[in-house]
Amino acid sequence: MTGSQPVVVAEGLTKRFGAFTAVDRLDLSIAKGEVVGFIGPNGAGKSTTIRMLCGLLRPSAGRASVAGFDVGRQPEAVRAHIGYMSQKFSLYGDLTCRENLRFFAGIYRVPRQERAERTHFAITMAGLEGREDMLVRTLAGGWKQRLALGCAILHRPPVLFLDEPTSGVEPQARRRFWDLIHTLADGGVTILVSTHYMDEAEYCNRITMIDAGRLVAIGSPRELRQQGLGGQLFEIVCAPLGAALAALRQAPGVLEVDIFGDKLHVLVHEQAVAETLRPFLTEKGITADPPRSIAPSLEDVFVQLVSRRSKAPGDAGIKP
Amino acid sequence: MSLRRLFAMAFKETLQIWRDPRSLAIALLMPVMQMALLGYGVSLDIKRVPLCINDQEHSQLSRDLVQRFVASGWFSADHASATDRAVRGALDRGACAGAVTIPVDFSRALMTTGSASVQTVFDATDTNTTNVAIGYAQGVIAQTTADFESQWAAAHGLRPPKIGAVDLEARVWFNEGLDSRNFIIPAVVAVILALVGAQLTSLTISREWERGTMEQLISTPVTALEVMLGKLVPYFVIGLVDAAFCLFTAIYWFKVPFRGSFIVLAITTALFTLVVLGIGYLISVRIRSQLGASQVALILTMTPTTMLSGYTFAIDQMPAPVQAVTLLVYARYYVTILRDVFLKGSPLQDLLIPIAALSAYAAAIIWIAARSFRDRLD
Repeated sequence: MTGSQPVVVAEGLTKRFGAFTAVDRLDLSIAKGEVVGFIGPNGAGKSTTIRMLCGLLRPSAGRASVAGFDVGRQPEAVRAHIGYMSQKFSLYGDLTCRENLRFFAGIYRVPRQERAERTHFAITMAGLEGREDMLVRTLAGGWKQRLALGCAILHRPPVLFLDEPTSGVEPQARRRFWDLIHTLADGGVTILVSTHYMDEAEYCNRITMIDAGRLVAIGSPRELRQQGLGGQLFEIVCAPLGAALAALRQAPGVLEVDIFGDKLHVLVHEQAVAETLRPFLTEKGITADPPRSIAPSLEDVFVQLVSRRSKAPGDAGIKP
Repeated sequence: MSLRRLFAMAFKETLQIWRDPRSLAIALLMPVMQMALLGYGVSLDIKRVPLCINDQEHSQLSRDLVQRFVASGWFSADHASATDRAVRGALDRGACAGAVTIPVDFSRALMTTGSASVQTVFDATDTNTTNVAIGYAQGVIAQTTADFESQWAAAHGLRPPKIGAVDLEARVWFNEGLDSRNFIIPAVVAVILALVGAQLTSLTISREWERGTMEQLISTPVTALEVMLGKLVPYFVIGLVDAAFCLFTAIYWFKVPFRGSFIVLAITTALFTLVVLGIGYLISVRIRSQLGASQVALILTMTPTTMLSGYTFAIDQMPAPVQAVTLLVYARYYVTILRDVFLKGSPLQDLLIPIAALSAYAAAIIWIAARSFRDRLD
């Protein structure tokens, strides 16, 4: 983004478990201070990729570096420069919030003079004032997740890997968590965060979509919405719907037509094609309002990209 | 290696032990129970073997003979039976472990021919007891014969025969009362520490895998050595408390003579504690489920330490290949050390071989455990 050296780089990163390829030749480049969302269905290879980037899994092929250290050859150096939140909650439930923080401060060798300040920061950030001495297992999901984030950033790591940090957390707490993520990014922390909530992807600077271990698309939410479908999306109110559907599928310049409630969603090559749709339908005796341009959701884009890729294997979707 | 991380690890582990009643109970109650069970339950001494007496003569001489069996302390004449069939029945029922039959012509044969025979029958299903009992019976008869001879000589105004009278002056050292408890209880302490120690640490790593905390832990810069030493520190303290409890119980409750130095005892006990905790830790590193690790720790320590450490079965009586195997049983070295320190009062320089063996064991276990620690998920 700023043209400086990328902080996280993956080239042809691959992980195989026996005959199963969990991550397949993934390329990735993340600049300092970026918040990159990692989107894909369960089993797409999000966790496996993050674990490789943390030095927890050895890549089967390809390479990756984090903060300038190779994840295959220098996992110890990588671990000193990252914070990691695993998908499953993994703090000590039989320790209190303060004891967990103290433990990780010790493990990360947070300098003694900074320890009190960092611990205080983590407690405040997580909104845990007054709960410092509660056993962690008695906390609700949102507190737990924020405490886990607090533990992961005690040592001011330049890079954060968050694996589905908001799964199972109520919407309000999720929102709050994303505010924290952006506060950290404003401070220059580079963050890769996976999620399967499509709405959360909107909060990211860039999105990496993966499916079945392969990169499907990468770009900002706007870029993906504009280009991800490979055309422009219009909504037409018309009747009868069935006849209109059949007719539009034959129309020149129309890529795809789908029924969406009592309307049609039409994907066309370019703006000019949309102008021709209403006359085209009227000619066939179908009444129609003028087509209205609509923004596709990221879910639309993802579904479209995945189905296109499965039709034409080898096309890895778009890249900015 | 960072002392800071090691300390953080040790402190966290201590808190977790404190809040986990199960591991605390294992740590503190198991040695108490086992010390009571094994300390009271185990004795290899064979005393008061129950006999069935079939005295067919009922003469003064025959009654005198029976009295000598009982007076020796090795036998008790619990049953009297008149017929061979009754003797057989008593042995079958297990009412007695042996029988003595004195024939109807016992006194007459002795007086007229100068010799008479007495029959003993033993239930040899327990071969060890039988061997010892036959030895006792021979002793009783030999003493009786000698007494009869001198009585006969005195009655006839003769001096007792001089030839063939070689006297055995038997002295037993180190365990003067020949009390097997003095020999066994130090070994019991070793067995208990081996069992409890391995149980203590067998759960530490597998627990972190099962609860999912290991993934977080290994995403930090912590090293295998720091994790291991940090986790062993609190268990080492618990292990020493247990050891002290067992040893003091042996000395002050069971009154096993303690002739050695407490410093030698402390040094060797610390070394052995390190080995047993290391074994449990190694198992925990290798097996990722808590149940599995606990079971393996029990199986791997129970049989070797009870059967092959010299605790009840003497190692020098074992077949050569089995003796070779016992060299790997770390408990045997501590059994040797404890018996020597307790009963012989051996100083450190007399124990160099078992101490060297334990040291080598400790070093090897710690090295293997540190290398086996997986700081990755694959």
